[in-house]
Amino acid sequence: MPRILLYRLLQLPLILAVIYVTTFILVWVAPGDPFSGERAVDPVVEQTLREKYRAGSAVQFLTYYPYSILTRGDFGPSMLYKEWSVNDIVKSSLPVSIALGVFALAIAVLIGVGVGTLAAVYRDGVLDWSSLSISLIGISLPSFVTAALLLLLSSAPSMQGFFAVGSWGRPMDVVLPGLALSLAPMAYIVRLTRASMLDVLGSDFVRTARAKGLSKSVVVWKHCLKNAFVPVLSYLGPAAAVTLTGSFVVEKVFNIPGLGQHFVNSVLNRDQTLILGVVMVYSLFLLVFNLLVDVAYVLVDPRIDISAKGT
Amino acid sequence: MSEAAVGYERDSTIPLGGPPETMAARILRSGRMTLGGGLLLLIVLACLLSMPWTLSESSGFGYGKQYETKVRAEPEPTAVGLFGYDVLGRSLVARCLLGGTISLAVGVAAALIAVVLGVTVGLIAGYAGGWIDSTLMRIVDILYGLPYILLVILFKIALEDPITSLIAMMQGSSPSFSAGQAANLIVMFLAIGLVSWLTMARVVRGQVLSIRSMPYIEACRSMGLPTTRIFIQHVLPNLVGPITVYATLTVPSAILQESFLSFLGVGVRPPLPTWGSLASEGITALSPVKVYWWMLLFPCLLLMFTLLCLNFVGDGLRDLFDPKREASKV
Repeated sequence: MPRILLYRLLQLPLILAVIYVTTFILVWVAPGDPFSGERAVDPVVEQTLREKYRAGSAVQFLTYYPYSILTRGDFGPSMLYKEWSVNDIVKSSLPVSIALGVFALAIAVLIGVGVGTLAAVYRDGVLDWSSLSISLIGISLPSFVTAALLLLLSSAPSMQGFFAVGSWGRPMDVVLPGLALSLAPMAYIVRLTRASMLDVLGSDFVRTARAKGLSKSVVVWKHCLKNAFVPVLSYLGPAAAVTLTGSFVVEKVFNIPGLGQHFVNSVLNRDQTLILGVVMVYSLFLLVFNLLVDVAYVLVDPRIDISAKGT
Repeated sequence: MSEAAVGYERDSTIPLGGPPETMAARILRSGRMTLGGGLLLLIVLACLLSMPWTLSESSGFGYGKQYETKVRAEPEPTAVGLFGYDVLGRSLVARCLLGGTISLAVGVAAALIAVVLGVTVGLIAGYAGGWIDSTLMRIVDILYGLPYILLVILFKIALEDPITSLIAMMQGSSPSFSAGQAANLIVMFLAIGLVSWLTMARVVRGQVLSIRSMPYIEACRSMGLPTTRIFIQHVLPNLVGPITVYATLTVPSAILQESFLSFLGVGVRPPLPTWGSLASEGITALSPVKVYWWMLLFPCLLLMFTLLCLNFVGDGLRDLFDPKREASKV
């Protein structure tokens, strides 16, 4: 186990480097760049800008920025937000997205696992049907619709005073956007928990535990949940990376200064340095969370051998 | 009686094959699949059959000319004007039906591309093994590691211009509005399809790996069958189940992805509507002063309904093709 962990940790920088180069190639191959906008720019100005950002040739770009990232941890200046460096943008917006994401993820896991388990235990009951239909609605409605409806709800006269619309900074401000952000993962977690819980509830050890005289709640919440949690865990790795790095839709609807908006805006504006910056943040999150999930597998179910996985 | 028993036996031992009647009968037996599939068929038929009307001038396609007369008089849903009219005075029911056609087309096209690409890559990786397998799977891993929105937008940007000029070249004229519109649609199909094949490739590879190690494949090889024949006759039929399931589940996710792109303003180009773009128009029309609720409600209802049906069908298919799952349900 420690050896595998060490091996995976050593692999991490290599994978990040490959992702960096891949992203750069994708951005480079796509036509257009931040300097060839719709307005005609003086060729001399354009040339100067290209030189300033080392965007003149691929080789120069690919040697300068990795060097500055490795030596100084500096991702360079943003090509669109001229006064800002990529580091500043990430530093100011990532904490916002993480705060929102942790809240959303916590709600999603707590409610998702709780409702999913209850739905499996009381199968075909009212709770089962309602949870299933709510989760299907959560999956079927685009997030911009649910977010906008929540926003509209909060602006109703009776709600005023609780939630300020489009504000950020008070603890209460995290509730509505967090709820909007949590709906999609919550829906998936409900379905995953219910399905795997149904499998586990049918296994022999449950009958044995009940026959020994353990109470139903102890069997369900202690013995079954541990086994049923494995599929949820493997979903949580990528989900955590996506949720913690912010969502464009939720940030746009609720007017939140998070990192999610930069994923879309940087690509649309072909802001090459910022694209590389946010992609590296996202990839780092994804890799680290997948690693954490693999460690958690072993904690939840010691039979799982992570050295056999993924090779 | 005895026939039914035989049919059941056959199904439980060979879950993926079986005579077609049995399969159809099983699909019909599963209630929510019949319901989901039936409703889905209704929606698809309504969208397709109404196309001559929805694309015509009388429904207000192209930019509506009836703004003054209709919108001022009765913009809200009535018995005559069914879903009401949008901001430009176009009939909303026509827009919803046409939007459905396009949304469904995006979904189906993306699923087809995902099937072709994903199955090819998965088959090659799973069957060839060795360095080919690890190279292909690392490529899939890396594409998985990139944010999906980056890929879609970049694919779209990269493909848009070449395809527009290609269409114009085939028409023998300079790039026109209609050529741009057609190219935009094709690019949407391609861009969403090109990010949807990763899961399919992984699933197919996993299946091939487990099938490849089965004794009957070894028997085929020891009998001297050529690799291509083993592939096509003995491996591929066993993959039909998972492929169908994932293709069905790709359709709703592709429709949702298009709606997200429409919200960003990089989706299907207006005046062609999709459910996503109609919903996002509905969101912008939502204001506390005057509530144009119908512009949001109807596209969202249709979208939700269709995705629900598709998910029902996909889950139902999964239950059918996965005997273990069904056993645990009984």
